[in-house]
Amino acid sequence: MDFVRFIIRRILFGIVVLWLVTLGTFFLFFVIPSDPAVTLAGKGGTPQRVAQIKQRLGLDQPVIVQYWHYLDRLLHGDLGTSFFTGASVNSTIKADLPPTLSLIIGGAVLWLIGGIGVGVLSATRARSLLDRSATLFVLIGISMPTFVVGLVLLFVVYFQLAKHGIQNFAPMYVPFTQSPAQWFEHMILPWITLALVSAATYSRLTRGSLLDALGEDYIRTARAKGLTERRVIYRHGLRAALTPVVTQLGVDVGTLIGGAVVTESVFDLGGVGQALLRAFDFGDVYVILGIVIVTAMAVVVANIVVDIAYSVLDPRVRLT
Amino acid sequence: MTGVTAPAQGGAFPDGAPAGDGVLLRIDNLVKYYPVRVGVLIKREVAAVQAVDGVSLEIRRGETLGLVGETGSGKSTLARCVAGLHPVTSGRISFDGKDITNLSRRKMQPFRRDIQMIFQDPYGSLNPRRRVGSIIGEPFTVHKIASGDERKRRVQELMERVGLNPEHYNRFPAEFSGGQRQRIGVARALALRPKLIICDEPVSALDVSIQAQIINLLEDLQSEFGLTYLFIAHDLSVVRHVSDRVAVMYLGKIAEVGDRTDVYETARHPYTTALLSAAPAADPDEAAARQRIILVGDIPSPLDPPSGCRFHPRCPKAQQVCSKTEPALEVKPGDPETHRTACHFPVEPGENLARAAAALRAAAEPTLG
Amino acid sequence: MSLTEVQFTGATVDQAPSRAIQGRSPWQLAWRRLRSDRVAVASAIIIVLLCLVALAAPLIASLIGHPPAIQYPYGTTDQGLPKPPGGQFLLGTDNLGRDLLVRIVYGARVSLLVGLSSTFIATVLGVAVGLVAGYYGGVIDGVLARGMDVVLAFPYLVLALALVTVLGPSLWMVIAVIAFFSWAALARIVRGQTLSLKEKEYIEAARAIGASPLRIMVIDILPNVIAPVLVVATLLVPTAIVFESTLSYLGLGIQEPTASWGNILAGSQQFLPGAWWFLIFPAVALLITTLAFNLLGDGVRDAIDPGTERIFAARRRRRGIAVEQTQASAEAQQAGTAGGV
Repeated sequence: MDFVRFIIRRILFGIVVLWLVTLGTFFLFFVIPSDPAVTLAGKGGTPQRVAQIKQRLGLDQPVIVQYWHYLDRLLHGDLGTSFFTGASVNSTIKADLPPTLSLIIGGAVLWLIGGIGVGVLSATRARSLLDRSATLFVLIGISMPTFVVGLVLLFVVYFQLAKHGIQNFAPMYVPFTQSPAQWFEHMILPWITLALVSAATYSRLTRGSLLDALGEDYIRTARAKGLTERRVIYRHGLRAALTPVVTQLGVDVGTLIGGAVVTESVFDLGGVGQALLRAFDFGDVYVILGIVIVTAMAVVVANIVVDIAYSVLDPRVRLT
Repeated sequence: MTGVTAPAQGGAFPDGAPAGDGVLLRIDNLVKYYPVRVGVLIKREVAAVQAVDGVSLEIRRGETLGLVGETGSGKSTLARCVAGLHPVTSGRISFDGKDITNLSRRKMQPFRRDIQMIFQDPYGSLNPRRRVGSIIGEPFTVHKIASGDERKRRVQELMERVGLNPEHYNRFPAEFSGGQRQRIGVARALALRPKLIICDEPVSALDVSIQAQIINLLEDLQSEFGLTYLFIAHDLSVVRHVSDRVAVMYLGKIAEVGDRTDVYETARHPYTTALLSAAPAADPDEAAARQRIILVGDIPSPLDPPSGCRFHPRCPKAQQVCSKTEPALEVKPGDPETHRTACHFPVEPGENLARAAAALRAAAEPTLG
Repeated sequence: MSLTEVQFTGATVDQAPSRAIQGRSPWQLAWRRLRSDRVAVASAIIIVLLCLVALAAPLIASLIGHPPAIQYPYGTTDQGLPKPPGGQFLLGTDNLGRDLLVRIVYGARVSLLVGLSSTFIATVLGVAVGLVAGYYGGVIDGVLARGMDVVLAFPYLVLALALVTVLGPSLWMVIAVIAFFSWAALARIVRGQTLSLKEKEYIEAARAIGASPLRIMVIDILPNVIAPVLVVATLLVPTAIVFESTLSYLGLGIQEPTASWGNILAGSQQFLPGAWWFLIFPAVALLITTLAFNLLGDGVRDAIDPGTERIFAARRRRRGIAVEQTQASAEAQQAGTAGGV
């Protein structure tokens, strides 16, 4: 019963967040600028376009009415039209989604496995050479911005290989449906780029958390009972150690999306992130609005999923 | 009631304190509930922890009222309500004739100079990151009485008075022993020369030999400064030593109250007699001769107190009426005006409850398994 | 022996010897630990050097003779490509013929300014909100805590983009955006600590004396929560620096011709793999800066809350010092940090 109540509370909270996002973006784009029509027309705004917008959106109406129309359109799934392409924002987003999704999923997997894996290895072989070199690697990892990682990888890996004619790792997006092997090869560098910084952070977190957990008395008891070391570490220690990691995941969903935008940009993968940046360059405000809202929705949903997973791991959370 | 008025000739106040104008603190039907709220978005109150449920007490100027009770009896909550740390659910607290119930912080401020508190935990009641001089001197700063050198001088005076070395003014609490920390707490409470000091189990966390020192210190201070104490403890021997009058609390209500000798030598409430029988006796012969009254079970939860007399499930003398009607706190036949008990079947002089209690336990055993 | 037989003699049982052992605050102990941490000290020195370099940027530029925004015709090759390090240009040039070294130095200015000021703002804001939310509880806490959760749930980059679209990119906007997204993390920590400290007896004692909520928050609670705040704040600086460089890289932060490590690196991309200096030098500068702050943050954390490993290692190092000092410091730090981190 607690569990159901917890989920309901989380969903309600998510809806509130989403509503606040719509409020915020509306406020940002329609209220703050002295002449919203000009802002919405963007950098390429001609007087005709400005007039068009004014008329279509009814910008002389009271703010509340405007917001209501805005919300109304949103709820019908109408995110507006792109000025640049003329196509609807919905279709633009849909078209650009596959590279972004591939990037995020692959990156997330790599980040989690790499991060937690290295963390566990480090903790179980604490103070060994492996641990110390991992620590060094981790320290550098958390200090670098994602785009620098990307540029360095480009420089050190791709270009050096390309010199020898190996083009396999040219970072770009090849649809999975076209060729899984190529999809994989060409996404490896972007995946590593996206994953590295987060993996380093998580590795550290896991190492610390696991070391703490392994120092607890109940671990000593488990060992005294005669359980194999492997069982002790994985079944007992890791379980407890993972809770702070999972907590962190919720916060990091947003970071992941930010990282994806940057990675797409560095490698020119052509996903939603780049669409966003292009929209900014051309002043295509509806695209920006649309992507912001879709992203917020994705983050909210992801957070709810993480919270549910967390409450499975630690039932006490259901009472919050 | 509209304030402290001298009652009619020969009358007494609700808890049996002798009439007169010497009442410093008066508690009228104090109730403190903690609501338990459940709900998804909007929380509804489903139950309440009845920590204090209708307590009336009086403390006269210059006396020490000892308040005894188990953990869960509500004595600490009562103390904090009196000190203004928790808002009360209902009832009245009057200090020196003025109503101080649920005053705002601003209005309560002047009373804070007169009502102070000494806490139980010598380790938790002092901020580990502050120096001792600053801790003791805080009342002077807060009430804008002294500052700078004057303040330091006064603090050092206080330190000396409670038996601390004034040169340790700049030390941290971690550098003192438990007994010394309690002295620091005493000094802090004493700083503004209050009228009433609430001592919430001030010696419970200390070694026995140190307890004696602190008790003696408190007594000396009382006579030197004319202090009034509300002394809370669960150790009967300590309470006996320091108190003029004693009140026994059970599950949020007063079970018995009276002069020290009356309560200790002719206790009327079965709970009191059980407590007394469990207290260690110094004389080994007396200890051997005494028969312990061992009660059934544990103190029930204040969330769901028993009906009628709260003590009835554990009472060796309980009968039908005890589970239906709550007994009033009143004088029993043969007792002086000042000695009041809340019981339908008070203990008679010479009555031995040990056997009755043992029988009750034996009957309960099969279900306890 | 009954209680009445023990007389109060006026002498305390354990009168501590009143030698000149001054009470060492937990702060002094932490400071000593920090001083003995070589890595942390080295990082601190590097940071100080960086700040000096950043402050002296105009001086350096005039010493070398190349202002950061001047494009030298002889700074590029005939094909218009950047020139490698050598000769006049110690670290080479960028594609517009500007001195890379000077631009990197000016970039340090931007990074440090943004990093430090946005962290400062976020810290002040976060601590204030966290204290108020934690201490007052109830409705106030409900609202503020939700606010924190909402801010933390947002994808910062996407929202930063939206803000920039409307408000236009500028230095102050970057600082404001970073501060806006950072305060919530700090506030959450402070709130959590405050909530647990609020129930401690010494807080009750302060209230019993009549201390105002403001006084309690600042004098009693704040010193006990500052420890983790310091650690997080130190670690927030490199995050802010990274954030700024990312925004600048994407074109949303510091705009040309002002130099920022981010926009320098953005410009370098199309000239890879040829102009390696264009990428490597700014990247190394960035790495050193963030690494230094991260290591310092770790050092601060270890100094404030040492694990048992560190105590033993420290003891071994200071073998020559009198026994009482180490014992007293161990006890004091135990009790001192009990209410703190």
